[in-house]
Amino acid sequence: MLEALYRTARALPLGRAPASDPARSGIVIQPAGAEARFALRVRDAGASAAGLPLDGPINSVRGNDRRWIARLGPDEWLIGSDESEADHLPSAIAADLGERAHSIVDVSHRNVGIDVSGPLAAVALNAGCPLDLGDAAFPPGSATRTLLGKAEIVLIRHPGGAPRYRVECWRSFATYVHALLAEAAIGAGSTEQAVRR
Amino acid sequence: MAQPFRLSRGGRIDRTRPVRFTFNGRTVEGFHGDSVASALLANGIHLVGRSFKYHRPRGILSHGPDEPSALLSVDRGPGRIDPNNRASVVEARDGLKTLSQNHWPSLEHDIGAVNDLLSPVFVAGFYYKTFMWPRKFWDKVYEPFIRAAAGLGKAPAVADPDRYANRHAHCDVLVVGAGPAGLSAALAAARTGKRVILADEGPEPGGALLHDVTAEIDGRPAAEWLSATLAELDSRENVILLPRTTAFGYYNHNHVALAERVTDHLPSPGTAPRERLWQVRAGEVVLAGGSHERPLVFADNDRPGILLAESVRVFVNRYGVAPGRRIVFATSGASAYAAALDAKAAGLAVTLVDLRTESECGPELARLKAAGVEVLTGHTVIGAKGTKRVTGLIVAPVDRAGRCGAHRVLECDCVGMSGGWTPAVHLFSQSRGKLAYDERLDAFLPGTSAQAERSAGASKGTYDLAACLQEGFAAGAAAAGSDERKSFTASPTLTGFKPVRAMPTDADPTKVRAFVDFQNDVTAKDIKLAVREGFHSIEHVKRYTTTGMATDQGKTSNMNALGIVAGQLDKTLPGVGTTTFRPPYTPVTFGTLVGPARHALFDPIRTTPIHEWAEEHGALFENVALWRRAWYFPKSGEDLHAAVARECEAVRKGVGIFDASTLGKIEVVGPDAAEFMNRIYVNPWLKLEVGRCRYGLMLKEDGYILDDGVVARIAPDCFHVTTTTGGAPRVLAHMEDYLQTEWPDLKVFLTSTTEQWAVIALQGPKARAVIAPLVDGIDLSPEAFPHMAMRQGTICGVPTRLFRVSFTGELGFEINVPSDHARAVWEAIWEAGQQHGITPYGTETMHVLRAEKGYIIIGQETDGTVTPDDVGLAGMIAKAKKDFVGKRSLARPDVVATGRKQLVGLVTDDPKLVLDEGAQIVDDPAQPIPMRMLGHVTSSYWSPNCGRSIAMALVADGRALQGGPLHVTTPEGFARVTVVDPVFFDPKGERIHA
Amino acid sequence: MLLIACPYCGNRPETEFRCGGQAHIARPTDPGALSDEQWAQHLFVRSNPRGVHAERWNHVHGCGRWFNARRDTVSDRFIETYKMGETPKSQDSNSTLSTSTQAEARA
Repeated sequence: MLEALYRTARALPLGRAPASDPARSGIVIQPAGAEARFALRVRDAGASAAGLPLDGPINSVRGNDRRWIARLGPDEWLIGSDESEADHLPSAIAADLGERAHSIVDVSHRNVGIDVSGPLAAVALNAGCPLDLGDAAFPPGSATRTLLGKAEIVLIRHPGGAPRYRVECWRSFATYVHALLAEAAIGAGSTEQAVRR
Repeated sequence: MAQPFRLSRGGRIDRTRPVRFTFNGRTVEGFHGDSVASALLANGIHLVGRSFKYHRPRGILSHGPDEPSALLSVDRGPGRIDPNNRASVVEARDGLKTLSQNHWPSLEHDIGAVNDLLSPVFVAGFYYKTFMWPRKFWDKVYEPFIRAAAGLGKAPAVADPDRYANRHAHCDVLVVGAGPAGLSAALAAARTGKRVILADEGPEPGGALLHDVTAEIDGRPAAEWLSATLAELDSRENVILLPRTTAFGYYNHNHVALAERVTDHLPSPGTAPRERLWQVRAGEVVLAGGSHERPLVFADNDRPGILLAESVRVFVNRYGVAPGRRIVFATSGASAYAAALDAKAAGLAVTLVDLRTESECGPELARLKAAGVEVLTGHTVIGAKGTKRVTGLIVAPVDRAGRCGAHRVLECDCVGMSGGWTPAVHLFSQSRGKLAYDERLDAFLPGTSAQAERSAGASKGTYDLAACLQEGFAAGAAAAGSDERKSFTASPTLTGFKPVRAMPTDADPTKVRAFVDFQNDVTAKDIKLAVREGFHSIEHVKRYTTTGMATDQGKTSNMNALGIVAGQLDKTLPGVGTTTFRPPYTPVTFGTLVGPARHALFDPIRTTPIHEWAEEHGALFENVALWRRAWYFPKSGEDLHAAVARECEAVRKGVGIFDASTLGKIEVVGPDAAEFMNRIYVNPWLKLEVGRCRYGLMLKEDGYILDDGVVARIAPDCFHVTTTTGGAPRVLAHMEDYLQTEWPDLKVFLTSTTEQWAVIALQGPKARAVIAPLVDGIDLSPEAFPHMAMRQGTICGVPTRLFRVSFTGELGFEINVPSDHARAVWEAIWEAGQQHGITPYGTETMHVLRAEKGYIIIGQETDGTVTPDDVGLAGMIAKAKKDFVGKRSLARPDVVATGRKQLVGLVTDDPKLVLDEGAQIVDDPAQPIPMRMLGHVTSSYWSPNCGRSIAMALVADGRALQGGPLHVTTPEGFARVTVVDPVFFDPKGERIHA
Repeated sequence: MLLIACPYCGNRPETEFRCGGQAHIARPTDPGALSDEQWAQHLFVRSNPRGVHAERWNHVHGCGRWFNARRDTVSDRFIETYKMGETPKSQDSNSTLSTSTQAEARA
């Protein structure tokens, strides 16, 4: 019985909560659904594998919401995709990489995603993230491993004009990261207008 | 009439919006825009506190953050009581309760004031001199006395209910201070389009422009320039203007910390944070923090009603408050003349006393005389009359030699004093910039920069308004990478003063109380005494006398203290140097520093996918690193002892289920994976078959054990490595370090899978029977799936890496499943196990069961100084390997020497006695103290399966002592124990292969 | 809080990094061939200059890479950061009396 449910019955640590703007501050926080993720490591990667570009600059993300690849280091990528792609994607990548030494590790259950959007999203993130999230320093299409308070995260800014961020953290940090973002939204909203007066 | 000292017009207060707060229970009325200090003064209240050491009556000295005396407790409701708020910076608002400090039974009648009469006793270094002997007095007399007398104000008794926020921010130009120089700098920087943050500690930007009511800038009133400038800054998207925000710390690489007071001035804060810490990383910093006025040092210069001259001007002009009706200004410089002119214009009776001779004065003298004010040049101040409020100032003519003429008492109810100005170089000094003494200005000015910053305006010794604006503009432009300049015209500012350290007097200097540091109650006499007693370094004088310490950080006191020391030593000021300014510039609440990191957000609390199930089944939890792990599962009425005894027995006799998800896991992948493992671990890996496991032991290069764990070979080029719970990040970092920096040629990649795989440990004779119906694709028979094997298949339809391993000595499986399915699989096993009496167990039982088998735990049996041989694991080492991390160190002389502590078992003579972990071990309890310690107990439990207590210990040459007696400390004395092999249960290890 | 230029990611705050002590101490290829004294030297003896110091840093909460840096221990100024295996360009400026500051670097 469980077998049938294997792909769909994932018990996500943050549940499947709807999008929320807890502080009514224009900062929308939404835990992502069940997604597949892979940690790809390879040196001298070449241009692409399984249609995923590998030649983007370090700290950038390519693709769309349903299939993205973030380059976190010179030989490290984090790949996200729909669950439906989970079974064939690793083998497709491996096939394209051929003889090149590499490692593809399924980390779908290790990572938890939280989407943060809204005009003040960066302000909320900056409550815990020490990076410069201004448009010049962290434009759409940026992605990096960094910190949010005392948790390590991967921060992705989706391509496009509107501020939309994905925060990826390890499973057991999800409660902390989610609560910190909610607290940050309260701390950011009302006073940001005061700041701008 | 309420507010009898409120002037009928003027000020930036809003007279249509009255506010009411209390001071020591008495209702005080003021207006929106008042500070607590200005509202108190509007009501004629000058006595607001008792001084720290002598309990002298104290009033309001200043209008700003340099206020050393008017320190109030502010009560904003339950849990919201803050001591030591400066009345001059707390904004008056409805509902505030303020209280004076440091007196009993009341502010007016304070028993502690006897200290003032005893003042000859409380000289510099009083504590060091007095509390020396007799030694037995220390505990019973001195310490209670010091504790009772120490500190100022009362700490709040309940938790702070407020919210505090944190924000990291980046900008191209950070401007500190929104006075004329800072505003001008921000304007110049903002016009380049660069990102600008402008922070000012006051509720309203403007600095001196807020009270300089007669100044003009570019032909129009300064107030108009101010509003136009603020409007422009406001309209720019690239500018963040932060009022009520103090830059309090200047750290490395232009990291500047700001404290923003968000809601204290609001009657109801709502959900908004009380304060926000801004951690700003600035490309360039412009410091425009202004300057501090120096008090004059004369006898009883601390009487309530004696203010700084510029502060009198601020109260009159900005707040529309008369600090007195008859004001005497005492000065050695020009700026007090501006204050006198404004006070006179406000209709107050004014006299001015100037230490300078007529010829030393500038145009200010004629202006003041023309306004009809009596000016006494060439006069010194001998002292003040009055106790709880100044009633007169004793002045006398003084000649060039310092001889004083006939005394004259100028009756007054307020004194405005000015000994010149000190640039606020605190942040510059914090940035590690070097100060340079400027003799013309008698001030330490910013000299050599250490970071990307520049100063402008009064903080750089530039006091003229037009010059401040020009300098600020140039600084802001340059900070933004532009060379634009702009010239301003403005009314000339009255500047210049004659430095004076202590006013000339004909009084007996040993009887005079002339304060240098008002906050710490340090007098000129104290500083002179310290120098006479041999404290010649200014840093030593500071600590011995406490001058310039605490929150004051030398704002009002620094130059006078330095000058007195220089005079005593017959040195120049730069010869004496200056003390180091330390952050914070002004006090910062703990809440601001802590921010949201409280309660659940203090540290991440890591939980496993099984956590909620354990909660639902009554588990108690313990913290292991950041993890919260199920400790034991008591049934109703059971204590720890009973529950653990039951759990232990269940595992040995039936089957237990345990959540081992927190174990660290690393996927080691690549063609050189086995070679890498060979170099990192002491064990051999090249020949480990796919599908087999090995217990791995890892050393640091110094030969001491770093971590351990079971490793399975998943494929020829893939290992599933496990680590200890707490060691996971350490081990991954250790491996990455070697891989990247020592062996970059190895084709190996590491990925943490700690949280990808949840681990369900099923242990006990019936473990196989429980999972047999749930597992597909794996032959579970002992022949096909022996101990230390790993198989992949499915359990309940979920993919699993199934390990046959055991940390209990029983038949056991560790079932790795993807985390999001772990609870479903756990519950399926739980269901299937019911007929076998399945029992959940926690970490305590896990510890007991492994100790019964003599298995070590990293961090318990090891402490970073333990080798494999020390814990009896030398057999793990692959002797044939030429090298691995730590191998060479195992041949170091002190590692191969005899006398090393070795792991042994201990059994007590009294089987019921459970030894304390950490207890020391000796061979002869009768030996004289200090005894020779042989080692310590590392693990100790009641073992239900052995029916007695068991313990493990590290003992010098312990293995040779087997069978012999030793003695272990207990709270009741020594307990006799016998040294045994550390395997207490099933020594032949037969059960594990069942 | 220091600002450290990771050779891969650019300027990042100190909290993302871990310092790994003195740089350019290669692990001997054959530790077994070393005398006890030589091995002790390799293991335990490190320099602690007042001035420019070559250090290992790991961008652990970033790209994960180890790299080397030359830092003035007096001013905390980073003279240079460079990838593992690379040689620093600033070898000549190893004066221990360096007074170099960020402000000077800007000038």
